[in-house]
Amino acid sequence: MMDEQMETLLHCDNLTKIYTSGLIRTKSVAAVKNVTFDVRKGEIVTLAGESGSGKTTVAKMILRLIEPTSGHIIFKGQDAFSYDRQEYYRMIQAIVQDPYSAYNPFYKVDRILEEAFGLYKNGPSPEERKEVIYSTLTRIGINPDEILGRYPHQLSGGQLQRLLIARPLMINSELVVADEATSMLDASTRAGILNLLLSLKEDQEMSVLFITHDIAQAQYISDSVLIMQQGEVVEQGPAEKVFSNPTCSYTKDLFACVPQLHKKWEC
Amino acid sequence: MGGHLLEIKDLKGYYRGIFGVVRAVDGVSLTVDDGEVVGLAGESGCGKSTLAQLCSGSPNPLLHYESGQILVDGSDVYKTDPEVFRTEFKCKRMSYVPQASMDSLNPVRRIRDFVRDVVRERTGKKPSKVEVLTMAGDHFQKLGLERRVLDRYPHELSGGMKQRVVIGISTLWNPKLLVIDEPTSALDVTTQRLVIISLVSLKKAGIISSMLFVSHDITVLGQLCDRCAVMYGGKIVEVGSMNNILDNALHPYTSALISSVVSYDPERMGKGGLKSIPGSPPDLRDPPPGCRYHPRCEKAMEICRAREPPLGTIENARHVACWLYDG
Repeated sequence: MMDEQMETLLHCDNLTKIYTSGLIRTKSVAAVKNVTFDVRKGEIVTLAGESGSGKTTVAKMILRLIEPTSGHIIFKGQDAFSYDRQEYYRMIQAIVQDPYSAYNPFYKVDRILEEAFGLYKNGPSPEERKEVIYSTLTRIGINPDEILGRYPHQLSGGQLQRLLIARPLMINSELVVADEATSMLDASTRAGILNLLLSLKEDQEMSVLFITHDIAQAQYISDSVLIMQQGEVVEQGPAEKVFSNPTCSYTKDLFACVPQLHKKWEC
Repeated sequence: MGGHLLEIKDLKGYYRGIFGVVRAVDGVSLTVDDGEVVGLAGESGCGKSTLAQLCSGSPNPLLHYESGQILVDGSDVYKTDPEVFRTEFKCKRMSYVPQASMDSLNPVRRIRDFVRDVVRERTGKKPSKVEVLTMAGDHFQKLGLERRVLDRYPHELSGGMKQRVVIGISTLWNPKLLVIDEPTSALDVTTQRLVIISLVSLKKAGIISSMLFVSHDITVLGQLCDRCAVMYGGKIVEVGSMNNILDNALHPYTSALISSVVSYDPERMGKGGLKSIPGSPPDLRDPPPGCRYHPRCEKAMEICRAREPPLGTIENARHVACWLYDG
């Protein structure tokens, strides 16, 4: 399955982002340095690292929220910044960390689902939309009649996060950027979301760029993984290889700090 | 081993407000022995933090102590005179480190001035700067912090350092018992490890002798706890030694919780195998009758819907509240 023939969806080539501050005496911080990686179709790629290692900056560049200082983002053979905005966001969608603040508390949750169709130039008819919403919600394990017409505060965090995952499915997005998508959820619901992403990868060939600081989640979900430290990728490769046999000393130290369920630290 | 250091007997604590009455802690009994680290696990909204807050003796305005007893070293927290409790008890016999307490440092004062304020509050007299520097400096070194930290402002410290500063301040008078609520949840894995190691070294150095450690992360609890209690819906459903809980969970909720934990294992290959718990925790304004877990339980029986299971003893120091193990 992990063949080279799999279609490359996203290619990041030497991505660099340098933030500068100050007018006369400028200070610059290199948030991301020379990051190169590929996301193939139907693959889950994980960016893992501590806070401040530049994971989210990479995601922001891919989502076109900030422009890279140098380097290229090639999406389906074309520069990401050359796409029409609307068209680009139909193909790439984001799932954010905090499902509680992603919704407008004054509107019913239907609205955030409806809004996704706004990314089409000529959207489907209202009947078709309703049908798509119903079938998608059923697909991700939510009973549509229970959810639609409710306000965000009436739903649990796991349900809200599932609805955010429904959006890219409804409009057939090809890449989902999940930035710490499960870190605010309880362990019991987190497993459900991770399994959902895995099953969408299998059935729908959805690609996911999964960003997390949690090594355990990274190991559970990813096909290939990049370990970042202070803006640089220190180790990258297929997940099995990196997690069972890390070569970089930073990665080894990082993994040693991760608490394991059936093994105690010596301290 | 000198008996129970903390003894909670049939404790009830409810939130009362315009939203109604939330029975967040509803009849909990738990003990922490001298020299023991006890973990408290469960999902969010199951009453872990409420229990820790009630132990502190000064709960939030909406949280009301209803009935039951909390004995710390033999004296009842809610029967002691509040003034005596504030000056003699807190920080000296027991300390409570609340959730997100690392953000409670005063942003416009140096750590040493903050420590002076705390010392004045607790002892009634303001110590000199030199006194504070020697006393707190020595203490901080035991936690693996440098003396220089005292001269810093909170914004100059990293999250892990702030957390250790807060732990350091709350253990200045060598309290026997430390009740600590989610100290590592906002931290990276590397700093999380540092914080846990400094807690263990506090105990080794004899500064604290017991700990009640509240966390939703059962893998973290596994690193330092001797015993573990699992809460669900405001009640304790299972108590046992940490290894027993992890390897041989009895209550269906405990085993579901453990099988839903994503844990790192360098030898694991392949994916899948995690199970999530369907549904969500009960609304504690109107908890379901019978066992509070029965709507989500795979093994629910007729009796679970009608009657509440008592916390029965399976073997020595192993308790579970489930009808599956009755008789």
